[in-house]
Amino acid sequence: MADGGGARQRTLLWLQSGGCGGCTMSLICAEQPDFLSTLDIAGIRLLWHPSLSAATGVEVRTIIDEVRSGAIPLDILCLEGSVIQGPNGSGKFHQQAGTGTPMKDIIAELAGLAHDVLAIGTCAAFGGITAGGANHVEATGLAYDGSEPGGLLGPSFRARSGRPVINISGCPIHPSWVVETLLQLALGTLRQGDLDALERPRLYADHLVHHGCSRNEYYEYKASAEKLSNLGCLMEHLGCMATQVHADCNIRLWNGGSSCTRAGYPCISCTEPGFEDPSHPFLETPKLAGIPVGLPTDMPKAWFVALAALSKAATPNRVKMNAVADYIITPPTVAKGRPRK
Amino acid sequence: MSRRIVGPFNRVEGDLEIRLEIEDGAVKAAWVNSPLYRGFEQILGGRDPRDALVYTPRICGICSVSQSMAAAIALAEAGAVEVPTNGRLVRNLVLGVENVADHLTHFYLFFMPDFARPIYAHEPWHGEVAARFKAVDGAAAREVLSARAAFMHIMGMLAGHWPHTLGLQPGGTTHSIDGATQARVLATLAGFRRFLETRMFGDRLEEVTALASVRELDAWRQREASAGSDFGVFLKLADGLGLSALGRATDRFLSYGAYALNGGFLFKRGVNAQGADEALDVTQITEDSSSGWFAASNGPRHPSRGVTIPDADAKGAYTWCKAPRLDGKVVEVGALARQTVDGHPLIRDLVRTSGGNVANRVIARLIEIARVVPALEEWARGISPHEPFFVDAPALANAEGAGLIEAARGSLGHWLSVKNGRILNYQIVAPTTWNFSPRDASGVPGACEMALVGAPVREGEVDPVAVQHIVRSFDPCMVCTVH
Repeated sequence: MADGGGARQRTLLWLQSGGCGGCTMSLICAEQPDFLSTLDIAGIRLLWHPSLSAATGVEVRTIIDEVRSGAIPLDILCLEGSVIQGPNGSGKFHQQAGTGTPMKDIIAELAGLAHDVLAIGTCAAFGGITAGGANHVEATGLAYDGSEPGGLLGPSFRARSGRPVINISGCPIHPSWVVETLLQLALGTLRQGDLDALERPRLYADHLVHHGCSRNEYYEYKASAEKLSNLGCLMEHLGCMATQVHADCNIRLWNGGSSCTRAGYPCISCTEPGFEDPSHPFLETPKLAGIPVGLPTDMPKAWFVALAALSKAATPNRVKMNAVADYIITPPTVAKGRPRK
Repeated sequence: MSRRIVGPFNRVEGDLEIRLEIEDGAVKAAWVNSPLYRGFEQILGGRDPRDALVYTPRICGICSVSQSMAAAIALAEAGAVEVPTNGRLVRNLVLGVENVADHLTHFYLFFMPDFARPIYAHEPWHGEVAARFKAVDGAAAREVLSARAAFMHIMGMLAGHWPHTLGLQPGGTTHSIDGATQARVLATLAGFRRFLETRMFGDRLEEVTALASVRELDAWRQREASAGSDFGVFLKLADGLGLSALGRATDRFLSYGAYALNGGFLFKRGVNAQGADEALDVTQITEDSSSGWFAASNGPRHPSRGVTIPDADAKGAYTWCKAPRLDGKVVEVGALARQTVDGHPLIRDLVRTSGGNVANRVIARLIEIARVVPALEEWARGISPHEPFFVDAPALANAEGAGLIEAARGSLGHWLSVKNGRILNYQIVAPTTWNFSPRDASGVPGACEMALVGAPVREGEVDPVAVQHIVRSFDPCMVCTVH
């Protein structure tokens, strides 16, 4: 089917595997409009979604069989959760309820039939939390295993549209990341080049979580929080990775206008491959000779060190005081204007 | 006698398969299978204990904050942390918002759509119910998604976002809110209260929670506004279909106590067995893995000494779920259990009259919504801006802790032990692990397995609708169950 053409509604099938269902829960927090109204606007018909649809048991198996036979064309396949391949490649850690077929086999088969394939969340994109530690369940992403192309479908996989798996990473996803991608697919406006090097939509991945951070002034002066409730920058002591992490959390904002950093805790890098296994505790900043190891993306280290030393020396007392307080204790000076005549 | 397998079972959180043995038009025996295993116990081993607050909420996207709360309490107990009052209030608010949102999601999106099925086309209420509650297309779904999303702004204001917030910590909450944010929380609660009072109940929440007996409920339902409310419509169809005669389990109810504050709970801790109150002895909790695909664990164990080692070829096993027992017995957890243990007079009267069943589980959930929202308002008013919300918890070297809380679906426990600053053992027993437990070593089925026995199977039904009502009346969360 040509992008943007035809009166036929596009079909969407949503499957879940090795994850927590949290991306669906986040998605249904979509607002103005709600998620179901978005589907109406996009002309997308839900073939089945595990949390929303009426169909159950044999009705679901019938829908999947009709997709297999080609009786129902499959435009968009969404997978939420990682693909679980263990133990020993058998897929027995997740067999489809009702059929006992390993989910990994069903996912691979349906991905081959879909016009577009979307990995919803970091688990489906890269493996995510389920692949944490020794990964004895052999969890992987649809087309990536961590940051390595491959995953379940292999590095050369292309959906029938010619596009790779679209990786809407995030743990969880922001509802608008999914909504805007679906709308662009429906409108036929998602172009080659709209995905980044990890096949994430650039609509959110062209930003860093640092962009729009309300703690920016503290960052500029390296005025750092000493504990989680403090107002200062969370990078130096509390593990914040926002300067390196691709997402627009502090521009777009969550649940009516907030974000992790605005609520007092560091960015843990949840849109990035491998976030589940940092080399350090999440709330600690790894340092070498007192300098954080993970410096901002694209910034020469020597410059960073020089600027940090300079700005630290220039820190206004107000910023220094507020950085280690839980509320603003020293407000900006009120400039006295000309007296009224 | 015939056998069949029901699955994929949807409008539950996660993956579920039910195996049925059917004889003379009714279920004779049932086996519940949780077919997804991820192994959080292994993922957590060897980590910095604070990292549990990153991993455990990601066990479950719908009970995410509940998992955070249990982890935070286990860590606080291990480190003997004293949480400031503001921190306690905000934690209760965040947990309460999640629990109420889960009850709302369950009623409107998971449970009620089954009554719009064509099998009920001849019922006098079908047209009205289908127009409002049909999955995806019914009027309620869109309305509720908007009301829910607005209500979830409180998660943004207090904890950054939902699900998977890091805002709940052993020492309180990370965001010290000011008076303006406190006011916005109250305004958002007022908007949500209006939705509940106009659509769900057709009455003030205080009038609903004051209902003290089945007789009073019957009188209340006759009011025009009550009868036309979503609760009223449910009561009508529940009568018509005899839902109070469907899905009885053990009538042995457990609650760890919900919303700790000032040394007590909003809803009491305890056990209620066949109408009699008993004290809860947490040392009597055990998990038996004999019906799960797990390596042998030498008999049932207390979760603080629990082991979770998968074995996909374990003999006689049929699920990834273990079998928790209290004093060796099967218990039911959830809103009905919580309200029974707490002694809400209407819920006690309902249980006295017809026991734990499909209708009473749903009624208890709605009564709980009406009870919790005024408590949320009180907690929000109780916040003292400019007082502390958070204290730093000490690093743990060698310690043990347990976090026992009430999630929407019932009693959730985390048991943690730390050695040399690293997690040595972390075991989780989730609400649906209790309710959707498999058979134990003595062959005694779990609560849902019992509740399914006797469910009618109509001529020609493949996935019996009565089975669906019973299963969904527990609001199972399968991702928590096995994790």
